[in-house]
Amino acid sequence: MIPNGNRNEGDVVVIGGGVVGGAIALGLARSGARVIVLDEGDVAFRASRGNFALVWVQSKGFGMPEYALWSRRSADDWHGLAAILREEAGFDVAHSQPGGFMLCLSENELNKRVEMMRRLHNSQPLTDFSYEVLDHAETKRRLPAIGKDVVGSLYSPLDGHVNSLKLFRALREATIRRGVDYRPEHPVESIVPREGGFAISGPWGEVRAGRVVLCAGLGNARLAPMVGLDAPVKPSKGQIIVTEKTEPFLHNPMVTVRQTDEGGVMIGDSQEDRGFDTIVGQPILSTMAERAVKMFPRLAGLNVVRTWSALRVMSPDGFPIYDQSETHPGAFVVTCHSGVTLAANHALTLAPAILAGELPDAVATFTARRFHVPAHA
Amino acid sequence: MIPLTDIGQLAERYDLVVVGAGPAGLSAAARAAELGLTVLLADENPAPGGQIYRAVTTTPVKDRAILGEDYWRGADIVARFERSKAAYAPRCTVWALGPDEAEPEIFEIGLSLDGKARMIAASQVILATGAQERPFPIPGWTLPGVMTAGAAQIALKGAGIVPSGPTVIAGCGPLLYLLASQLAAAGADIVAVLDTTPKRNWSKALAAFPDFLRSPYLAKGLKLMAQTRRKLRFVSGVTGLAAKGEGMLASVTVERGGASETITCDTLLLHQGVIPGINLSSAAGCDHLFDAEQHCWVPRLDSWFASSVPGIAIAGDGAGIGGAESAALRGEIAAFDAARRLGRLSKPDRDQQAAPIRAELERRLRGRRFLDLLYKPALQFLAPKDETIVCRCEEVTAGQIRDTALRLGVTGPNQMKAFLRCGMGPCQGRLCGPTVVELISEVRGTSPAETGYYRLRPPVKPVTLTELAALPQTDASVKAVVR
Amino acid sequence: MFRPMRETANAAALNFTFDGRALKGRAGDTVAAALLANGITSCRETPVSGAPRAPYCLMGICFDCLVVIDGVGNRQGCLVPLTDGMAIETQHGRRHVEEVEA
Repeated sequence: MIPNGNRNEGDVVVIGGGVVGGAIALGLARSGARVIVLDEGDVAFRASRGNFALVWVQSKGFGMPEYALWSRRSADDWHGLAAILREEAGFDVAHSQPGGFMLCLSENELNKRVEMMRRLHNSQPLTDFSYEVLDHAETKRRLPAIGKDVVGSLYSPLDGHVNSLKLFRALREATIRRGVDYRPEHPVESIVPREGGFAISGPWGEVRAGRVVLCAGLGNARLAPMVGLDAPVKPSKGQIIVTEKTEPFLHNPMVTVRQTDEGGVMIGDSQEDRGFDTIVGQPILSTMAERAVKMFPRLAGLNVVRTWSALRVMSPDGFPIYDQSETHPGAFVVTCHSGVTLAANHALTLAPAILAGELPDAVATFTARRFHVPAHA
Repeated sequence: MIPLTDIGQLAERYDLVVVGAGPAGLSAAARAAELGLTVLLADENPAPGGQIYRAVTTTPVKDRAILGEDYWRGADIVARFERSKAAYAPRCTVWALGPDEAEPEIFEIGLSLDGKARMIAASQVILATGAQERPFPIPGWTLPGVMTAGAAQIALKGAGIVPSGPTVIAGCGPLLYLLASQLAAAGADIVAVLDTTPKRNWSKALAAFPDFLRSPYLAKGLKLMAQTRRKLRFVSGVTGLAAKGEGMLASVTVERGGASETITCDTLLLHQGVIPGINLSSAAGCDHLFDAEQHCWVPRLDSWFASSVPGIAIAGDGAGIGGAESAALRGEIAAFDAARRLGRLSKPDRDQQAAPIRAELERRLRGRRFLDLLYKPALQFLAPKDETIVCRCEEVTAGQIRDTALRLGVTGPNQMKAFLRCGMGPCQGRLCGPTVVELISEVRGTSPAETGYYRLRPPVKPVTLTELAALPQTDASVKAVVR
Repeated sequence: MFRPMRETANAAALNFTFDGRALKGRAGDTVAAALLANGITSCRETPVSGAPRAPYCLMGICFDCLVVIDGVGNRQGCLVPLTDGMAIETQHGRRHVEEVEA
């Protein structure tokens, strides 16, 4: 696969083969780099297999407006990414940007959300982010299938969704076709600086490269200090219900209900801090089911075909961590809990910048240094 | 026995919940009730008997000679259960089993009856959900007209119906002969019995032959085989099978080494052994291991059939294939231990009462090893040709799976599921899981044990959103969702 | 296709329909058995490709016997006892759910 030189040497080693690692690897390969991707095996945390597949902008950036801008940029560039994947992987990942809704089942919920959005978009640079507050009647006009318990909604034309499993497969297919050396069952134990770069090793042996990019999700917490970086990410558990396939009736995504291109309806979402446990709990399923049926009464009789839970990769403030090491030049960390939304940025903006050796200004606020409280505060 | 017809009639809590009303479940529930435990037996079928004793209390087939004396023994097992004080909920699916959040030493069980779901508690659980047919993927196996041998037995026992046109039975294992003889006795037109037992298995099975000679299977098996081969066309050494037809089965193409033949038929019945059904035990968190000789996943159990989850035992063919009589005995042994765990029986009493049952079990299991080794399917029937559909629900082919394992670096079934959707349908991998594992193992040079299996979660049976929505929520669950 | 064997004990004949056709079934049979006994060769078309399917395992694990029963789709025919007056229909692909005025 690697056309010249030692097969255990590349220009860049990417640690992590999920959608973040895949998008970075694709961007690097398209820019001409020889890339080795080191990934774990079949049973691993894999947030890439457990997400809601949203390409979401609305409601992002509370506390860090740069994140809203970063998200919108990715949503814009997603059309380009979808076209690239269609070309390079040979199939469609079912991306669309029809606008998304946040449905509210009480006046209290609606008011809370409206207040939050108002504060978020009150100041520059987010005043031009379009969104609408809709009452029940207007929501029903746009989403005829909603139930009477929906008091209103927030709508943004910037929101969309994709088939994230197709995205995951497309990234793998496209990177492999581009000659990326993808190695599963290669967990990383250590990263050590060597002349000209890094030696990355595990029970399987060692590979070397001039640059290393940490895209290992929850694993980044352990790996980052090896290269003088910090990635204080923790698991945030979320549970999802998936129904049997039904005739298409919902083209817009909601934050907690969406119908996939395959026909099944995904229902979420929950958030719990339970460490690394991924047990599925019935009370949460019941709460999610009840709300989903209130939002769309026609879901009532659908059978649940599976449930799963996954661990979001959560930083202390919920925003991404993008960093390049000063003590270990050539080492980068890329971690977030919105790897699907940000896939376009990762492939098209971040990867070329990493290859050029410098993270762009647009991500300056995402450094982990923001977590380091000064000694004399 | 107390019959329950409404989910509201179930108690909040039982000492023991038994899942599955086959021989193991019926025997476990009866014994446990006799020992003084409060017991619920839940089963998804409308009448007791499981698969092997299907419809033993309701079958329209009155001529005992057709189904054979072994079948009618099930009536005694049911009768004993009916004399006990156990509660019995037929048409009741069990879709979830896990620790109770508030009281982790007891279990919370999700059940559904007549479109209504309910969570109840149990101190002990015995899973007796039995076995299923080992998937037998051949080109065309999804055509209407192709069914499992077990399906034909269920149709016969439950409804007294037989295939109406020319019928071919294909595969390997003792059930093949039993089915052929039952269907022939019932008037079906069996045009051929095709045996796929690999010739080289005979030498592998030889080591276990002495035990088989001393087992109850020998005489019975030989008699059945002789009868069947005398009356019906029997073809051995079959190395390839394909079902053909436009929209429904019209013929079967048979290969024997280099030679090929096409047999016209309306019905093809496939069977290559049975394997434990592991979806509920997996979703409940029990450890499983790959049994090399039975060539299937089995739960990890101790000598009392206790699983790796304290309080959950697994009896019957769901513990590992042992046959109907063994199933009943295992159910009893598991019930003794459940009583001991609940403090209703001392260890010495438990050991003493179970001793004769263990001895009988050992006798019953003798000879199984020979059958396991002899009837291990040939590789081409475990990992089929590329054009064969492997995941019937999502229509994923063997070729797609091989290609993804090879080129896209997919090393296990969970990633394969994410990439190709195999295992995402309503059957939850029951009909594709073993084959997906075989294909990945073939491509990557790993053993099935190394390749692994699908991670399973509740609900393991269909339950509607309305049913789920009506179950109890907690402050914590609302807080986790409404944010 | 199946037929009752000669020695079957008779039971009351139930009336039901399949895709509108009036048929008869035996009390105690499951929906799937009743369809097979009436020579119905296919009961559903798959959502993925529209391929015709018929009951395969008859024990509740293959999900190939899915039919619409009295307006409710994706019901496993092998687990539902036949009742008098039942309206059974082919499950054409994905589940159809009625618009609900809530």
